[in-house]
Amino acid sequence: MNRYRWRTFGLELAMIAAAVVVAFPVYVLVNLAVRAPSDTSSPIRPTTSPTLANFSQAWREGGLGGALVNSALVTSISVVVVLAVSSLAAYPLARATARWSRAMFLLIMLGLVLPFQLAALPLYQTMRDLGLLGTVWALVLFYAGLQVPFTTFLYTGFIRALPHDFEDAALIDGCRPWDAFRHVVFPMLRPVTVTALVLNAIAVWNDFFTPLLYLSGSDQQTMPVALAGFVGQYVADWNLIFAALVISIVPILVLYFALQRSIINGFAGGLKG
Amino acid sequence: MLLFAFVVLVPSARGVYYAFTDWDGLSPDLSFVGLDNFAGIARDPDAVQAIWHTVVIAVSITIIQNGIGLLLALGVNSLIKSRTVLRVFLFAPAVVTPIVTAYLWRNLLGPDGAVNSLLGAVGLGRWGQDWLGDPQLALWSIVAVIVWQFAGYSMVIFLAGLQSVPKELYEAAAIDGSGPVRRFWSVIRPQLAPAITINLMLSIIGGIKLFDQVYALTGGGPGHATDTISTLIYKDAFTLGEFGYSIALAVVLTIIVAVASTGQYLVLARNERAAS
Repeated sequence: MNRYRWRTFGLELAMIAAAVVVAFPVYVLVNLAVRAPSDTSSPIRPTTSPTLANFSQAWREGGLGGALVNSALVTSISVVVVLAVSSLAAYPLARATARWSRAMFLLIMLGLVLPFQLAALPLYQTMRDLGLLGTVWALVLFYAGLQVPFTTFLYTGFIRALPHDFEDAALIDGCRPWDAFRHVVFPMLRPVTVTALVLNAIAVWNDFFTPLLYLSGSDQQTMPVALAGFVGQYVADWNLIFAALVISIVPILVLYFALQRSIINGFAGGLKG
Repeated sequence: MLLFAFVVLVPSARGVYYAFTDWDGLSPDLSFVGLDNFAGIARDPDAVQAIWHTVVIAVSITIIQNGIGLLLALGVNSLIKSRTVLRVFLFAPAVVTPIVTAYLWRNLLGPDGAVNSLLGAVGLGRWGQDWLGDPQLALWSIVAVIVWQFAGYSMVIFLAGLQSVPKELYEAAAIDGSGPVRRFWSVIRPQLAPAITINLMLSIIGGIKLFDQVYALTGGGPGHATDTISTLIYKDAFTLGEFGYSIALAVVLTIIVAVASTGQYLVLARNERAAS
């Protein structure tokens, strides 16, 4: 059965057709982004005289540079905090058998079910009272709290499947628990750390609702919010809007294609949790 | 732990409390109004409709996205030569910011957009529609956009499941002479149980909480034809200032999520046990 046959070839063609359907919108996106506004021919016809003017105009007028920096800042700080907190929280949860650790675990699981919409509005008030509204710190704080349950869940499942022997050996050799965690356990967590890193980074980078709420009315913006503002401002100027969209997609896709193996495995890795 | 309590637990609890008040988000004085907000939701045709839309979206996304995702996974898990490249390309939309794909599709699905142009180019011009402006179609256009973006996501999870099926099982089934459909249903499907659980969970919960795509594609319009619970929560709180009412809606959302995930968990846990 393991041979390449005519039917396999048919399947190959069908799958490539599916990929073309997936890619078609991207073609239109790029096609319109390089088109001068005066060119009103059909959006599916290749642009005859491509221009890069849209990109420089979108970059200048959309404040995209600042948004890019903010997004990168929020994403990297949040992810580091989430990974640190979650792995440290998961370790005792997975190892201790006391009743409190089981109760604690259930409490964290509750965080998986509660939709963030419920907490978002009261938290909005708290953030305002703390004077954090309109700053990126509100976002970092929010994501740290929001993503910890899921990440802890991933880590706990993984640590439970790890053998005790290495830490025990380290502890017997006179290693302090903290050092045992840092030098012995954490390196063994590498696969799940990659998964958690990928999932969290993408969730934070792509989130729109939270920054829309907590940054509204300030000049601080993340990429999705900057784009929404941009679309609102240049309602029908789609060539310009598409140029802005391309600018926002390029960094993600470059990273994706560079790291596609770890990213896809990262997404699939949640399966084993 | 403190962080988690500060960001999720405490505000959630306060949220549940505010749902029973007439809080406007600003003034510290608020009065307890009992179940008024919930009664208001039941009386408000827009809210009832939004709840219905949310359920329709979640269910149809779950079925269509996972169906397509599974077919793609089976296709990529075969002997075809382009499988590695295809896997990367089919998954790519899933990492792109949802609001970006939504704006892209808003143009594609417009009256003069690429979808209608394409239909015209292949001689099906009369099938052209105002995909997002027609109240009958708009909801389904949103579903289509989400399926386009996340079918590859389902595919990757199914694929991981398929690859964990032992080779001997395929071979044994092939030797027994069972057809491809029967082979899939009786041999492979039970092995996919964990992947199915995760995929259904992700798409149902994602569908229920949906906000970004609706906001960017239609803003809940035309009229209220595509409002979901999440877009109403946003509108009621930040354009109408009715925080109490808005949070009551969030409580309704929470209940739906909780019911959906518990129900699903129970059914699937039983199936997984039956399969093993």
